Amino acid sequence: MSSATTLKGFKRDGRIVIVGASLAGLRAAEALRDEGFTGSLTMIGDELGEPYDRPPLSKQVLTGWVPAEGTTLPRRRDIDAEWLLGVPADHLDLATNHVRLADGRRIPFDRMLISTGVRARPWFVEAEAALDGVFVVRTREDADGLRRAMAAGPSRVLVIGAGFTGSEIASICRERGIPVTVAELAPAPLVGGLGAMIGEVAADMQRAHGVDLRCGVKVTRLEGDAQGRFRRAHFSDGSTVDADVAVVALGGIRNTEWLRDSGLAVGVWGVACDSGCRAFDVNGLVTDDIFVAGDVARCPNPIYEYRFISLEHWANAVEQAEIAAHNMVSTQADRWPHLSIPTFWSIQFGVNIKSVGVPTYADEVVVTQGSVPDHRFVAAYGYQGRVTAAVSFNNAKWLDHYRQLIETAAPFPPSCPTPDQPADAKPVPVDFPGPTLLAQGATVVVTGHDPGERRVTAMRQHR
Amino acid sequence: MRIVVDLSRCQGYAQCAFLAPDAFRMHGEEALMYDPSPDDAQREQVLRAAAACPLQAIVVDRLEGRDAAVEVSP
Repeated sequence: MSSATTLKGFKRDGRIVIVGASLAGLRAAEALRDEGFTGSLTMIGDELGEPYDRPPLSKQVLTGWVPAEGTTLPRRRDIDAEWLLGVPADHLDLATNHVRLADGRRIPFDRMLISTGVRARPWFVEAEAALDGVFVVRTREDADGLRRAMAAGPSRVLVIGAGFTGSEIASICRERGIPVTVAELAPAPLVGGLGAMIGEVAADMQRAHGVDLRCGVKVTRLEGDAQGRFRRAHFSDGSTVDADVAVVALGGIRNTEWLRDSGLAVGVWGVACDSGCRAFDVNGLVTDDIFVAGDVARCPNPIYEYRFISLEHWANAVEQAEIAAHNMVSTQADRWPHLSIPTFWSIQFGVNIKSVGVPTYADEVVVTQGSVPDHRFVAAYGYQGRVTAAVSFNNAKWLDHYRQLIETAAPFPPSCPTPDQPADAKPVPVDFPGPTLLAQGATVVVTGHDPGERRVTAMRQHR
Repeated sequence: MRIVVDLSRCQGYAQCAFLAPDAFRMHGEEALMYDPSPDDAQREQVLRAAAACPLQAIVVDRLEGRDAAVEVSP
């Protein structure tokens, strides 16, 4: 299905398979029906049950307000789909356009959407990860297990990793009066996403709320008792912490292993696609019938020099799903590019942290309005003299202004739009962990000499 | 009933927390926490809150309790 003459027939009775039945998959299915697709729609998902929302799992669910099974996503319309749930897809055959499920079933399609997302990165020692009281938080079941462990009144919770999820969980612990230790390898919380300046603010916030925050240390070992219950953690500086619960919050692993031999451009960084969500093959050529959306998609953003960016953001999943769905049932001339500026939020320690743009794409950062000590401010990020991102603490109403600055490549540092200009508004280096820390290793090698022979081969280095 | 709030749109105007306080609560100055599956008894209040949101960030289930067919594979 690639020419305009067959598009009408495809929209009427074509076959679309969506692999990954979470937020991006569901929204894409709804958008496909909105676009007038009346053919067959198959939803494949490895988890049982209807698509559910994940952000509440590290917030409302852990406080005990909302049950873990209460986050099922609302439906904006009927999608009239066949649901194949509880079995993951394990292979994609592009020669015959089939998806194979782990139980051997083969599902044919004319066009497919990949929205398999991300899973939690597990603790690196399997036997220690299996100890009673050691958790990750990605699925409903994860969150329900941790909620029960927190309700049982643990003497202390250890959170390993002070990114957004880890910090949110530490915040809930304090809200519930549970002693909590947070261990982070970087010099401060949130540094990997927002840089050193915001990291310092986040560290102050955690300590002010009674978190035992330990930065610059690695957890080297989780120790259990004779009953297989987690009891103690050992740190790289030789110290230890006694706790009943350990939450491993070390980020995610993109679910791309099933596409390893598919011939698509996949790696630990996701599935590469164009800004219209069409997947690239391993040679970097765009495909016609395979689309990608959500956390697993790695898409070039023209505002950031066409760099390929993967985003684990709620809004990105929703927006990309709609772009992918539209393009799946449109001709080349009618296709839309995914050009929205990334947005993100996190709620922790009573503060609403939001960002617009890509904060890691910056060399300088400056507080442009408000007061850092009051935790009510906006910081703008700049790269080589233009605004590329902004982060707000309890100042969300201003982010639209900064989005416009990013879209118009406004000069950095920007002027303060309000009378509450900070006394000391001087840009400072943004100070992210260096590229050596972020490098993931090669994923391909190139072979051949003549232009007609040169090809890329994927390397088997999935972590 | 089922709802979801697009918190990347939400700007903390708190209209929903006034109109349907059992389903929407402010956490600190501007962060919103909400119940994604409020009791059907709150339906009128929740619909009023969704209509009043200045950012139109609240998505309410349109299938209105009718079961969305999910066939679980064997």
